Amino acid sequence: MSALPRSRNSDMKPGSLTGSQAAADEAAITARVRGTARRRRVLIWAARAAALVLVIGGWQLLTTTKIVDPFFWGQPSGIVRQLNDWLRHGTAYGSIWLQIWITMKEAVLGFVFGVAAGVVTGVLLGQVRFLSDVVSPFIKVVNAIPRIVLGSLFTVALGLGSTPKVALAAVLVFFVVFFNAFQGVREVDRNLLANARVLGASRLAVTRHVVLPSALTWIIASLHVAFGLAIIGAIVGEFLGAQKGLGLVIANSQNNFNPNGVFGAMLIIAVLALTAEGLIGLLERRLLSWRPPSQGEAGRT
Amino acid sequence: MASTFARRRRGVRDRAEFADAAVRAADIELTGVTKRFVTPSGSMYTALRDVDLEIGPGKFCAVVGPTGCGKSTTLTIVAGLDRPSAGVVHVGGRAVDGITTGTSFMFQADALLPWKTVLGNVALGPVFRGTPKREAQARARDWVRRVGLAGFEDHHPHQLSGGMRKRVSLAAALINEPSILLMDEPFGALDVQTKAIMSNELLGLWEQTRPSVIFVTHDLEEAIALADQVVVMTAGPGTVKAVYDIDLPRPRGAVQEIRFEPRFAELLHQIWASLREEVERAYSRTGPSPSAKEERS
Repeated sequence: MSALPRSRNSDMKPGSLTGSQAAADEAAITARVRGTARRRRVLIWAARAAALVLVIGGWQLLTTTKIVDPFFWGQPSGIVRQLNDWLRHGTAYGSIWLQIWITMKEAVLGFVFGVAAGVVTGVLLGQVRFLSDVVSPFIKVVNAIPRIVLGSLFTVALGLGSTPKVALAAVLVFFVVFFNAFQGVREVDRNLLANARVLGASRLAVTRHVVLPSALTWIIASLHVAFGLAIIGAIVGEFLGAQKGLGLVIANSQNNFNPNGVFGAMLIIAVLALTAEGLIGLLERRLLSWRPPSQGEAGRT
Repeated sequence: MASTFARRRRGVRDRAEFADAAVRAADIELTGVTKRFVTPSGSMYTALRDVDLEIGPGKFCAVVGPTGCGKSTTLTIVAGLDRPSAGVVHVGGRAVDGITTGTSFMFQADALLPWKTVLGNVALGPVFRGTPKREAQARARDWVRRVGLAGFEDHHPHQLSGGMRKRVSLAAALINEPSILLMDEPFGALDVQTKAIMSNELLGLWEQTRPSVIFVTHDLEEAIALADQVVVMTAGPGTVKAVYDIDLPRPRGAVQEIRFEPRFAELLHQIWASLREEVERAYSRTGPSPSAKEERS
């Protein structure tokens, strides 16, 4: 049995197997497994770098050679120049940091309100059957409406400040979180509920000790999507009418036929969203630390 | 809707009475209990029909019967989780409405909260009944030790083996010092050796506190080894076919060994003859029936 792997091993790493003792074999096997794993990691990263170079380089090449018009589609070098310009001279509405701060403030506020309202409503409706039976058709209707359109309404009604953006972000977040919280409450194991009731738990205690922790898996899964929606809400809100913010920067770039500006702002937003995603991941690992490790990745969809 | 409110109000009253609920065993009496369900397709399904059963205080009663004969339904009705369509259940002389006071329930599937540690799970009973956290934890620690899990207090359920999880369930069920203990195939999912160990463990703990027990099982040998009285139920709609008194002496000792007693073999023979007819009847009807679903509740 050992002859085959040994000869194969000596092809790749000559001299790694000197003794014929079991210990040396053991070490060789470990080393080989480690080596395979490391090679695989290196290969993956190399492929990633290659993909990035291919896309960015191809884009740069096609636009430089005018096969694709940089006036409409921008150019990587132009995007870098634009970002650099914003960092040095700021935008037309103040420093780029101020725009980022405004947009993030709106997104985070909308996120917080939306999540709070979604969880409370979801848990309430999930537990009170009568209430959910009464309102479920209305919720379906409201959910079918393209809610982003509400942004126009909010902008007209609430003015050009932060409020309409926060409201739009909150509305978008609310529905995602609400549906997940509702479903999460509905999915609570009946045995757990029955057991808690037999043990003498009050309704409140059942909610606190059984329903909420059980639904938390669902709720937290929805937060990943929800934060993305909060940012979309803030940006679209700014698009529709604002005095500051990244959405306004994008709208302004559009009006000036400046695709590099659009891409630049997009890049900034992507970085912000990734950071937020990372933070939510941390929160998830903290709150759901009781879960068996194998579920850690599977439960995130 | 009105009935929901009424039930909730009764629930509050029951909790207030937990405090003076007698620790000693209560007798259980089912009279004419019938349970019908409306199936999702709209037809009626009778799970239990005219069940009459009496279990004396401190008695260990095992219920055997073919799949789908309403054994689990009987337990949920005694616990007050479900209401009979007709008939009445008395526990300790009081008619059951709402959750039955002083009951503990052990389910076939684990009913442990996966997000709580072993200690947290065992302490749930006292916590729900308003015991201060520190005292609840001290009592839980004692019970964790009594089921042989000292050192595992801070583990989560998923880190334990099936047998260990059953021990936690047992501790969680007994910490409230129930006057009745309802068990729905509690060891059904365990391997044979672990099941035997857990049965011994259960007998040992039961003999210390002596609640009245209804123990639902498919396993006739397990039923005879553990119980004072074995109830055979008919194939669905379930009703009591026969009740056998098990006159094996107590304490029983190891459940594996009592099987070698001649009296055990005699009883097994006798009860199996009665049970086999029902099992065969149920088996001949297998096919798409609502029984599988019913058995879960």
